[in-house]
Order: sequence, then C-alpha cells, then structure tokens
Amino acid sequence: MFKWFTYKTYPEFFKTYLKSFKEKQPKSIEETRFVVFDTETTGLDLANDRILSIGAIAINNNIIEVADSFEIYLKQDAFNAETVEIHGLLKDGNLIKTTEIEAIEQFIRFLGNSILVAHHAAFDIEMMNAALKRMKLPKLRNKTIDTGILYKKLEGKKENHFNLDVLCTEFNIPKHDRHTASGDAYITALLFLKIISKLKKERTVHYSDLFRTSNHKGLI
Amino acid sequence: MKNTIAERIFDFLKNFPPFDVLEKEQLFNIASNVKVTYIEKDSFVFRQDELPHQNFYIVKDGAIGLYRTMESDHILIDICDEGDIFGLRPIIQNDHYLMSAKANEETVLYAISVEILKEIIKTNEKANKYIIASFSSNIKTPYAKTNNGQLFANVNSLETNNAFSEVQTAQYSKNPITCLKNATIQEAALIMSDKKVGSILIVEDKKPIGIITDKDLRLKIATGIISIDKNVSKIMSFPVITFPEKITIAEAQIAMIKHKITHLCITKDGSPNSELVGILSEHDIVVLHGNNPSVLIKELKRSKNVETLKYVREKSAELLKGYIEQNIPITFISKIISEITDAITIKAIELSITEMKTEPPVKFSWLALGSQGRKEQLLITDQDNALVFEDVSEENYQKTKNYFLELSQKITEKLHFVGYEFCPADMMASNPKWCLSLSEWKQQFNSWITKPTEDAIMLCTIFFDYNFVYGEKELVTKLSKSIFKSIQSFEIFLNFLGRNALKNPPPLGFFRQFLMEQDGNHKDQFDLKSRALMPLIDAARLITLSHNIKDKNNTISRFHKLAKIEPQNKDLYLSCADSFKILLHYRTEQGLKNNDSGRYINLNTLTKLEKLKLKGCFKPIKDIQDLLNIRYNLAQMM
Repeated sequence: MFKWFTYKTYPEFFKTYLKSFKEKQPKSIEETRFVVFDTETTGLDLANDRILSIGAIAINNNIIEVADSFEIYLKQDAFNAETVEIHGLLKDGNLIKTTEIEAIEQFIRFLGNSILVAHHAAFDIEMMNAALKRMKLPKLRNKTIDTGILYKKLEGKKENHFNLDVLCTEFNIPKHDRHTASGDAYITALLFLKIISKLKKERTVHYSDLFRTSNHKGLI
Repeated sequence: MKNTIAERIFDFLKNFPPFDVLEKEQLFNIASNVKVTYIEKDSFVFRQDELPHQNFYIVKDGAIGLYRTMESDHILIDICDEGDIFGLRPIIQNDHYLMSAKANEETVLYAISVEILKEIIKTNEKANKYIIASFSSNIKTPYAKTNNGQLFANVNSLETNNAFSEVQTAQYSKNPITCLKNATIQEAALIMSDKKVGSILIVEDKKPIGIITDKDLRLKIATGIISIDKNVSKIMSFPVITFPEKITIAEAQIAMIKHKITHLCITKDGSPNSELVGILSEHDIVVLHGNNPSVLIKELKRSKNVETLKYVREKSAELLKGYIEQNIPITFISKIISEITDAITIKAIELSITEMKTEPPVKFSWLALGSQGRKEQLLITDQDNALVFEDVSEENYQKTKNYFLELSQKITEKLHFVGYEFCPADMMASNPKWCLSLSEWKQQFNSWITKPTEDAIMLCTIFFDYNFVYGEKELVTKLSKSIFKSIQSFEIFLNFLGRNALKNPPPLGFFRQFLMEQDGNHKDQFDLKSRALMPLIDAARLITLSHNIKDKNNTISRFHKLAKIEPQNKDLYLSCADSFKILLHYRTEQGLKNNDSGRYINLNTLTKLEKLKLKGCFKPIKDIQDLLNIRYNLAQMM
C-alpha cells in the first residue's frame, strides 16, 4: 500500500523506467542492449561526494554504437579539490553542465531496462543510487555486470583483482581519455567485448553465466 | 553536447583518405555514428559470396586479411592494417563480397554506415573522386598532397610546375644591364664591358625583347659577319624566355636545358609582356647550387686524371640528392645522372687507352649492362659491363683478346676507384667470358636463347639490357640483329623469359600487401628491388623483345613504346610506367636517406600515406604479370 502510494509520486520518466522492466527481457547476448557506463565523482564517500560526470555507451549485438552513447557533466555544490587532479573537472569548467536531477533523469531515460556494465560496478551504481535517493527515488533496477568480476571467470584469473589500467595493458586497449567518464566507459566496453570473446573461446557461455559471480558464497 | 568518444574517432579518421578531405562537420557526423566491433584472431568479418553488410570497415587496431577462395585454395590478396578501408565496393555496387575478410590478429574495426558516406559523397566532390578512382584503378592514390613536397605526389603533378612551388627560389640579379632596341651593337658592347657583364638585355617599354651575350659578339661580330655599327636587333637572340620572380632553381635549370640557353629573364608577372625585373644566368645557379650537370660534364671532358672523375661522381651524388629533394621528375633525373655516368665511363676508357702502349688493334665497343644499360642507375651501385671487339683471324685472336682484357682491367679499376664497385658476380669486361669477339657474342647469345637454362635466362636479363657507351656502334647493331634472328627462330625462349619474369616475387600473395623478407640480413624488410622494380623491368624487356624492339632500353621508354604499339593495353603500360617512376624515385630517396642501395625498406619508417601510395604501385605489377601469364601461356609452364 505504501509502495503504491510512493509510486504515484514518482515523476513520469521514472514510472516509464519501472514499467520497462515488465517487458519481456532478451535471453541472449546478441539480443541484449548493454549500457557500459562510468562516473567521475568528487570522491569515494557515498554520502558526501557527488557525481561530476556520467559517460555511457551502448553495445548491441557485440557492436559498440557511438551513436547510442551518453555524456553529461553535472553542476556542483560539493567540491573536492583533491580529485580534480585525477579527472580534471574543475568546478567551473567550460563544459555545459546540468543539475543533478536533470542529469539523472536523462541517464535513466538513456538506460531504460538495459543491462548495466561497469568496471568495479558496485561503486558507480551506489553513487547513482545515492543520487536517486536524494531525488526520493528507489534504487536502480537493472541487472548489472562487473567487468572486474567477468574477468575472473577467465581461466586462471580467479584470484586476480585488477584495476582498469592493468586490464587495458593485458587486453591491449589504448588508454585514450582515461579518467573521463566517457573515455573509461568506452575502454570498459572494449574490455567487455574482449573478455566475452575470450570466454566464448574457452567454453560455451550461457547468457545467465554473465550475471553469476564466480564466488558462489553469495548464493547460499 | 560534448562527445568525447566521437572526438577520439574523429581524430583517428582524419588521418586517412577519404576522410582527410571531408569537411569537419561531415567527418564529425561520421565519427558520431561509428560502430565499433572487436574481431577475435581468425574470426571472419564477412565471407566471400555473402551479401554486403550495411557498413564498410576501417581498421582501427590490428590487421584484417582479405582472402579469395578458389576451389580449395585460400589466397591472401591483401592485408589491411591501421587506417585501411575494406568492404566498400560491394555495398556501393550492391554486389556480393568477392573476398573473405578474416582477422589475422585481434582487431578493432570501425564500421561506417554507407548511407552516411553516400550522403557525403553527394556533397563533397573530392571524396567522391577518391571513391570513384579507388574503384576504377588502384594504380595510385588518386589525389595526393603534393604541397608538402612528399615523394609520392602523383606522377602527373610531379611533372607540372606546381610541384616546385615550395622549392628554394633562385636568387637572380636584380639590376639587369639593359639597352634600348635602337642602340648599336658597339654601344651595347661598351655598356657590357663597362659593367663587366657577359650579357645585355634589349628592352622596349621596360619589357625584355631580346638578349645579347658574349657568345653572340664572338660568333657574329668578331668573325666580321655583322658590322658593329648595326642595330642590336641584328644579333640579339629573341624571344627571351621569361619567368616570374619566384622561379626555383629546379625550374631554371630545366628551362635552360630545355631551351639550350644560359640566361632567363625575370619579369613581374612572368610573361614577356610585363616589366623586366631581373636576369638569372646559368652562372648564378652554379654559384648557388655548387654544381650543375652541364658544368659537371664540361669538367669531365677536361679532366686528365681519375681523381677528377671521382670528384665529379661525388658531385653528381649531391646533384641527385638535390633533385630528389626538389621532386624533379624522375625521367629527367635519370637522364642527367646517366649522362654523367656515361661521361665518366667514356673518360675512364679514354684515359685507359692512353695508358696502353698501343692503340686498340681493332674496333671495339664498350657496353653498359643491367641498370646502367637501362639508364636507371641513380644511386651508385656496382658495375656491370662487357666488351665486344671485331672478328680477327684465328692467329691474332689471343693477342687481340689479351689486349682488350688488359684494357678492360684498367677501365674497371678506374671505375672502381671512382666509386662503381667491382661486380661481385664478375660481370665485367675484364672477365674473359665477357670480353669477346662479335662472332663469339653472337654465338653466346644464340646458345642462351636456344638452351634457356636457368643460368642462361638470368644472364640474359642482365645482358639483354646492354647499351652502347663507347667505340664502334656498328658492332652493337650487328649483335642486336643477330640476337633478334636467334629469338625469331626459337620463340619459345620468350616463354622462358616470361617464366623468369614471374619467378622473382611471390606471384599472387604480394599484390597490395607487403611481404617481408623471411630470413637473411634483411629479415622483416621489404625488398623493393626484386618485389617491385624487377617485375616491371622484366616485363618491359620481355614484351619489347617480343616486338623486336632493341633501341629502347629504358624501362619507362619501353612501356611508353609498348603503349603505342599495343593501344588496347595502353592504360596498363602507362600505369606501369607511372608506377616504375614512383618506385624508382622512392628507391632513390630511400637510398639517399639511408646511404645504401635503397633496395630494402624498413616499413616501420613509412607513414601510412606512403604505404598506401606504395601499395598503389603494385596494382599494375599484378596486372602486367597477369598479362604475361596469359600471353606466354605461363600457367602451363610453371
């Protein structure tokens, strides 16, 4: 009852978003739209830090579609001078910036019910959820794939835990625009395709395998 | 809105044709709609006979092999690497793929929708031209940026004046000595001696109408032919050759050689109808340039020792370097350098004869062989030569032969000193095998032709390109006649020669793809000589021989001659000639840069554009080899 009540207060875009999950979901990698994304943030504190920019790009049928991509920069109140060094986004840069509310709405529209892919996805997703919470909206509903975990499904990689830089080197991906949300999203998208391709070579990959963690403890 | 990914793709695409000629917005539109795909090693992008995709592809990273399957053979036709486009033709012509595209290594491709490109082709004429041209012929990159003095500027533009636009401009005398056209010869001569100059311009309304030089005074006045009180117009040379102020040294030299003159008038707009602003003499150029072909040849003619020959040879190497830098047409360069080489050889022969105790007992000719015979020897390489002497009676034979062997020994040593090293295979007139009487030579060629063993064919390819350098030309004419008679009575020889022409480079695989040397000192380098130049040289020789043409020795002139004889193959022969020019120019440039023969190229040192253009030269090679294959029925002989 309470749930239904709050649902009614959601803005239109979010209702559409939630409704989309009632549609029949694809069952194969080829039919699925993956949205690979990355965020740049003012820091690592979920409560106090804020999203500076969101970059995302879609993969359909193993093809990275540049036309189906998303890039947005957010206006900031909170500002952490220390992280500027990494991502170079100053509080008042020359970029056109939108409010957090507007940015999240646009991203949700772009995302729809697609599968979210990110490297070390948990952090980026929690940052999004924190922003949603500020908008009095529930968490993201999308299925997610963490390329960091997907990588561990490859033979002999179980114990490894690597950051994007190390994997770029291993998979021979040029590190253009590293530490911009769009650049990292693109790099992650390539990484995603390469890992999947390698997995397929090693064994038969079922669609559901992508979402299962290699560490089965969580299922018990 | 900012689009970081599209910007990055834009930055990549803008380096490669046809994207480099697109408007910024057009290219950004393409970049924003690129589809990125990852192709695992050994996976297919498309297969032969498949229906065309909606996209064509450009290689971002990695390499795609294009394979043609015939029966059970997969033949590698081409390798596309960074920046190469493939799969475009089938989409535009709505035809099946004629080849399979397979990743030779893991590859990232940009797929570009043909709809977007079609839209752009409609509005961008340059891009349109490129696409059309790249279908109709792969002969050369259809347009090339000539303005930055790149070697591969397409041959036609190399031969226009534009090619010189960025070359150093010549410094001319800004205060030319002039007189009016009603002056007398004596008045003009007085001005000349007063100003201590060797020439005077005759002007009317400040426009140059004629010139008088020391030479005119010497030939026409001092001889008493014309009296000194006559009007200057009686002896002046006219019209004068005029150029604009921005004349380059190269242009000036060419103009002087072409018109056989020593002075050029510089006028305001370059036409004879504008104001005279200066004069450029051959002397000015010599001073500027330090050397000049006609000066070098004059110096050679005066030289009394082999040191001077060496000096001139070294000077000519500098000259060559300057010409290559200035992008002067290769036909012109090779003409000048061969002239100098011949002049050096002649002088070496003359010096050697004077060293001999007696005059030559009978008439003889000195032949240049191989690249020198073809007048294609630009960089200094080893010497290949032979000597033919008149038939003598049997009792005199040994004595005569010994004389010419001794003479040849002296000549080859001199050439070696000058810088043309001894031939490692000993193909020199000092070798008793290649210092023969006319009858012996006729017999030798006849035996090569009628018993075409592999060695014989190899020797033929060298000896057939002989060129008369010194002595009695009649001997050479007789020899040529005899050779053609032998060939006519044993025509299958041409088939053997044809087989040899196809033997050198790998026949199909190397077309439009660089095959590196697999082993040896030049592993992983590209052998420009045997894979690109030799096939053209061999083909030109074979086909001209089959037409009984002996007076054409040079590969370019052979192809030009063939284009006239076989109008149905004109385009092919002319494109072969163009390719050969580019390749020869390129080899020369490489040789100068690396101080070697220029034969082996390290592909990593080439820019993408250079590679593209070099590849463009290989298409005619493939085509001419196909022609040989059919004409000489070589498939059956292989």
